[in-house]
Amino acid sequence: MQQLVEELLGGSRRALARLISIVENSDPRKYAILKELYPHTGRAYVLGVTGAPGSGKSSLVDRLLQLARRDGLTAGVIAVDPTSPFSGGAILGDRIRMQDHALDPGVFIRSMGTRGSLGGLSRAAGEAVQVLDAFGKDLILVETVGVGQSEIDIVKTADTTVVVLTPAGGDSVQTLKAGIMEIADIFVINKADLPGAERTAAEVNGMLEMKGGYAWRPPVVATVSTRDQGIEALWQVLADHRSYLEESGRLQAVRRERVRRELTEQVEHLVKSGVWDRIKTLAALENLLEDIARRRADPYSTARKLLEKINFPLAEE
Amino acid sequence: MERKIRVLVAKPGLDGHDRGAKVVARALRDAGMEVIYTGLHQTPEQVAEAALQEDVHVVGLSILSGAHMTLVPRIRALLDERQLRDVLLLVGGIIPADEAAELKSKGYAAGVFTPGEPLDAIINFIRAQASPAEV
Amino acid sequence: MGEEDFTLKIREEQQLWREQQEQQQERPEPFTTVSGEPVNDLYTPADIAGLDYLKDLGFPGCYPYTRGVQSNMYRGRLWTMRQFSGFGDAFDSNRRYRYLLEQGQTGLSVAFDMPTIMGYDSDHPRALGEVGRCGVAIDSLADMEILFDRIPLDQITTSMTINGPAAILWCIYLANAEKQGVPLEKVGGTIQNDILKEYIAQKSWIFPPEPSMRLITDIFAFAARRVPRWNTVSISGYHIREAGSTAVQELAFTLADGFAYVEAGIKAGLDVDTFAPRLSFFFNAHLDFFEEICKYRAARRIWARRMKERYGARDPRSWMLRFHTQTAGCSLTAQEPENNIVRTTLEALAAVMGGTQSLHTNSMDEVLALPTEKAVKIALRTQQIIAYESGVANTIDPLAGSYFVEALTGRMEAAAEDYFRRIEELGGVLAAIDCGFFQQEIADAAYSYQQAVDRGERVVVGMNRFAGGELPQIELLRIDPAVERKQVERLQALREKRDAIAVAGSLERLKKAAAGPENLVPYILEAVKLYATEGEIVAALKEVFGEYREKPLF
Repeated sequence: MQQLVEELLGGSRRALARLISIVENSDPRKYAILKELYPHTGRAYVLGVTGAPGSGKSSLVDRLLQLARRDGLTAGVIAVDPTSPFSGGAILGDRIRMQDHALDPGVFIRSMGTRGSLGGLSRAAGEAVQVLDAFGKDLILVETVGVGQSEIDIVKTADTTVVVLTPAGGDSVQTLKAGIMEIADIFVINKADLPGAERTAAEVNGMLEMKGGYAWRPPVVATVSTRDQGIEALWQVLADHRSYLEESGRLQAVRRERVRRELTEQVEHLVKSGVWDRIKTLAALENLLEDIARRRADPYSTARKLLEKINFPLAEE
Repeated sequence: MERKIRVLVAKPGLDGHDRGAKVVARALRDAGMEVIYTGLHQTPEQVAEAALQEDVHVVGLSILSGAHMTLVPRIRALLDERQLRDVLLLVGGIIPADEAAELKSKGYAAGVFTPGEPLDAIINFIRAQASPAEV
Repeated sequence: MGEEDFTLKIREEQQLWREQQEQQQERPEPFTTVSGEPVNDLYTPADIAGLDYLKDLGFPGCYPYTRGVQSNMYRGRLWTMRQFSGFGDAFDSNRRYRYLLEQGQTGLSVAFDMPTIMGYDSDHPRALGEVGRCGVAIDSLADMEILFDRIPLDQITTSMTINGPAAILWCIYLANAEKQGVPLEKVGGTIQNDILKEYIAQKSWIFPPEPSMRLITDIFAFAARRVPRWNTVSISGYHIREAGSTAVQELAFTLADGFAYVEAGIKAGLDVDTFAPRLSFFFNAHLDFFEEICKYRAARRIWARRMKERYGARDPRSWMLRFHTQTAGCSLTAQEPENNIVRTTLEALAAVMGGTQSLHTNSMDEVLALPTEKAVKIALRTQQIIAYESGVANTIDPLAGSYFVEALTGRMEAAAEDYFRRIEELGGVLAAIDCGFFQQEIADAAYSYQQAVDRGERVVVGMNRFAGGELPQIELLRIDPAVERKQVERLQALREKRDAIAVAGSLERLKKAAAGPENLVPYILEAVKLYATEGEIVAALKEVFGEYREKPLF
């Protein structure tokens, strides 16, 4: 395992691929690996791309990779597709839209399934970002599924979040899920050659005006990703947002939040698993559950009793 | 530990018939595997590179153009060059029996599946043979 | 008794008959067509109540052409026996074409190799291993001259299965005809040139949809003026079916594509009657005998009505749906390949009883390789036996009036109309392709068919029922790997011999014209006559038009 980490830090793409798998599989060596890699992270800039299925996220990412490479940046992509809740399998097809970069050694593309994560954007995606970061990627793009909680979750991982909309018939801005408007740093109206593009842009701008009071007012950019239109403008806006974050100190604040969350989640994860591991060895859980079900006991006092049993320091009631 | 079998389904060469590849991809998904589909018109280098980045256990090639005796050995060689010796290479499509036997006996393909094979045969083969990742 | 009373009486009697059936058991097999459409145990006049002979069927050669597009059909002339063929280099294929013509084939049909289909020369890196493997390698006019050596192009018509680079191969063919001394007005044949179904099913595209449609309308215009005997598009359902669609989907998607081409031609400023008479069709003949026959009849009726009523065509030739048929490759098995002869026979029979204008019958070994001479001879004999020994060609549209056939024809027509509505709601064929509508329908149908086969519900004899075991060792056609090497050598020699400066000049002129609205066919003709290669012309056009990328659906 140590060898893999060394190889990764030495620039081995094979090691990178293997380590992402180990992290994704919740392999017991995972935390040891992440611990080793952590000092080498924090350098990459993370761009989150979210939006409804069919909005053209993958082809937009493909075009952005083009510009990133033109500007001499190395890039990593995490493309997330939904895992079937029935079979646990998935068809991951986002790579196809990024064919132009298939043989570019400066671009690494990894497809991931959501694997039953309720958040839609699995923990594993965030951890895979860390691995790519440690590898030395300048820019990491995370493309989410675009349904459920994932669109909101992306902000936890990304420095800049792009929300992709389309002028598709009937898809009015009013029908967007709550929270979408709030997370966007940049709005992209893709497939802007279709009718209704201007109306959609006007609706977004209208909602933004109504809300008001922005330190950074999210710009609205029109693109036609399949025709390479509007991409330069988008790239410029991304650069502007990054400058804004760096100059205003927001970037540090955002990353500190991320670090706080990583620490919190890790502590909670260890506590939860540690506590339950011990409870399970000590208590006859099934009998307790039976008692509670029959109203001979209640969940509140039972929980306290279990924790007392394992000497967990509890606050006074 | 959650270990999903990851399969790359690829259409190498110029052949555009993807009915079989897509049906197999869907069946593998329904069997709980993660399938990365490369799309059409892949060069051998693109296939090998995708296999590397996606850290797959299996690469499945669909070839109906008759170019298998060139493409399969080439892809096997490129996989080996990338230290992907443990990745299982499977082939499906229009392949005469004697050429299928040659691909297997020379170690280019671990399995060859021709029209008429039920999807279960492919699924069971993969489950039995895909090796756990080593470190 | 009035018609309504008559129908009522039949239904009552049928009900009594059913009650008298005394709970007879039915076999466990589902009684559906191969596409999954349920089929009743019995059809009666009640099932075709409302059918108006003169309005819905009419006479052969008369609107709405349900019974056939020619007034004397096979009594006047049998369908063209046109076996799709091509492999190796032009010498190999020329030999095979002359063999087939000697054996009684009446028209030629060229199968190109994958590099030619995708617009690459034989020495392109992407062509490695693929030259001559699934068709003939044609890089330039020099190859075409060899391909048709000793084959007079004023006496034989040729169909070419080519789509993305169709304009180029057509120009190469026309240039060769002129070299043989045949004036363009006398040259007859077909180019498949159906780019819409490439995006949907066959996937041998090159350029994106808009420039591809432009090339197609350029071909319409040029042919109307200079090559009047040429069928400019073979609007295809064959590949859609091979990709896994049902019969109704094949019918509906093919006709929808046809309507899209008509609309494109009109939008390009052409009078519909100048190009519509030369649109032709290409259908699959799958195993369900009656479903296929009804499909063809419904197709003719739908096309005639729309062309007249919706597009205002006035020339009756614009209303006539003429089609070529190929028996279904996807119905053949690798196990017990001799069984495929039987399958092909039934499928060919359905095509004939459905009134096809030309027919290709598959060889028994095509699941394993390209056909041997022996196998293709049997396939040709199949057509000849049907034509001369079976008697079915003695009368026109013999199944008309069958309660089952007319009921099913009507049902398929209604189901197709449903699809037309849905496609229109999506914004038309191009919009539907873009959002993956056809591709999803096809993928779903393909998957459920495979599941039905795997479950044993759909019987495939010799494969999942009455299965023998071992795969056979039959004699197969092998492509000599030296073919590729020799083709590359010839190509390199050609490049040295020709006037490179003239070629370069013609490509530059082509690129300039491609960026504007002019008809590109004359520019392509000029380039091919100078021995510009197909790959060079395609590369020049790619610079202007770009390349297409798919968004696959499962």
